[in-house]
Formats: sequence, C-alpha cells, structure tokens
Amino acid sequence: MPVLARVIESAGIPTVTVTMMPDLAEKFRLSRIVGVEFPFGHSFGTPHNDELMLTVANACAQALEEAGGPGYRLDVDAKWPVPDEIAYKTWHPSEPSPIVAMMLKQRQQQ
Amino acid sequence: MTVDSYKYLPRSMRAGYESVPFVDEPPVFAPLPKPLHRCTVALMTSAGFYLKDSQQPFDTEREKREPTWGDPTYRVIPADVRQEQIGASHLHINSQDLLEDVDVVLPIRAFSELARRGRIGALASEHYSFMGYQDRRLADWRNVQGPELAARLKEQAVDVLLLAPA
Repeated sequence: MPVLARVIESAGIPTVTVTMMPDLAEKFRLSRIVGVEFPFGHSFGTPHNDELMLTVANACAQALEEAGGPGYRLDVDAKWPVPDEIAYKTWHPSEPSPIVAMMLKQRQQQ
Repeated sequence: MTVDSYKYLPRSMRAGYESVPFVDEPPVFAPLPKPLHRCTVALMTSAGFYLKDSQQPFDTEREKREPTWGDPTYRVIPADVRQEQIGASHLHINSQDLLEDVDVVLPIRAFSELARRGRIGALASEHYSFMGYQDRRLADWRNVQGPELAARLKEQAVDVLLLAPA
C-alpha cells in the first residue's frame, strides 16, 4: 500500500496512512504516517469500539493539520484492549497463506 | 508512546522487515489544498472488501495456484454500504472482525463524526478496497491502478485520501 500512497500523493492528492508498521512506512518515505500498535487487520480498533476508532481518526486529522513536509509520523497512544497472546493468535488466518505455506514447504525440504 | 512495528509480526519475519532499505526515490508530499475543515476525505483499505451482490471477489484462487501473485484490482465501496453487503477475500489475515464491523479498517462512522464536528469538510461518497498482498514488483499498482485511482479521486473532487493497510 505504500506504493499506492506515493502514486496518489505524487498526483497531487494529500494522503495519510494509518499503519501497524510505521517503521516500514518511513522507509517508503511517505508524507504522513499514523502508527498504531494494533494487530494486523485492525487499523482502527476492535469491532463496534467507536471511541477507539474516533481516537485514531482524530490522530489522522491531527497529522493532516500538522504535517508541513514529508516524513511526518504520529504514533497513537492507545493500548490494544485484548491480551497480547490472544491478539497475536487471532489476527492470523485459519490456515497459512499460500506464500507462507510455500515457504514452510521449502524449509521442510531443505 | 512509540509504536513497536514488529509486535504482532511472527518472530521469524522480523529480521526481513527490519532490513528493508529506504526506497531509492525522493519523499512525496502534497500540501492540503485548503483547510482540513473544508476538505473532502475518501477512505481506502487493503482488506479485500467487495460487494457480495454486485462485485467479484478478489482472485484468491489464482493466488493459491501462484503464491507469489496477488490480485491488484480494486473495488469501489459506497459510503452508505451496509455491513451485510460486504464480503472479504484476503488469505493473509483473519477477516472475522472485519465481517462483524467493516469500520475496523474502513472507518466510515469515525470520519462521518469528524465531518459532523466540523474537523473535516465532508466524507466522500465512495471509498476504495484493495487486497493487500501483492507481488514484490508492485508494477500494476504503480503503473495501472494507482494512476487510475488518482484520476478517479480528482473526478470525485476528493481532497484527501486516508489509507488503512490491513
């Protein structure tokens, strides 16, 4: 998705990217990055948690208002409301993705 | 707080992501064309959402046959979409929470609230869904879907795009 952000921004449309991996987003030299320490697939929070979603949305608005140049980063001060072990397990798909399955198979064959 | 970018990543994958180099391209930055409280904002997710009654799912069958390939196309999601209209095709995340509440990655309610409070001008009438897993060259997004979407956003008079990678 960073590539899309760069293409859209280069076309003159401002973007803000909410990401679980802000360190990686910085390496793509994006304009405005909002970091969240949330499990993958949950950039704005847990289902029906409108308060948490609004917290992240407000951070996006703050980023848009404050950023005066590329490389702006704002990390959201919000703790994921589910214990770490459960959160880690539950974001994964029920079976390994094709690329992960392929890599595991290759590793077994070595 | 400083976000730990690797907290939820499998440990075996951390070193690979940490060693990703900075892109060999200049930074990008488009200033806001007007104050935020007058801007129209559109949303984009990479959760693989599609409208069950009128759009094709993303092509996960081909991805199963060709694990290094990902469907580069996108779907237009209307702002007044109802939860029961949404399907999700993404083989790299658990979509259970997204199918319970799309706002987890497509925060229509939260940005509607920002519009109601006058923090942004308006929420766009349509939003966009990609499927986040792509082949490493990303040539389609760079050369086809990206420019196509930029043109569409301009047609829709969108001032700002929010991206929420899944």
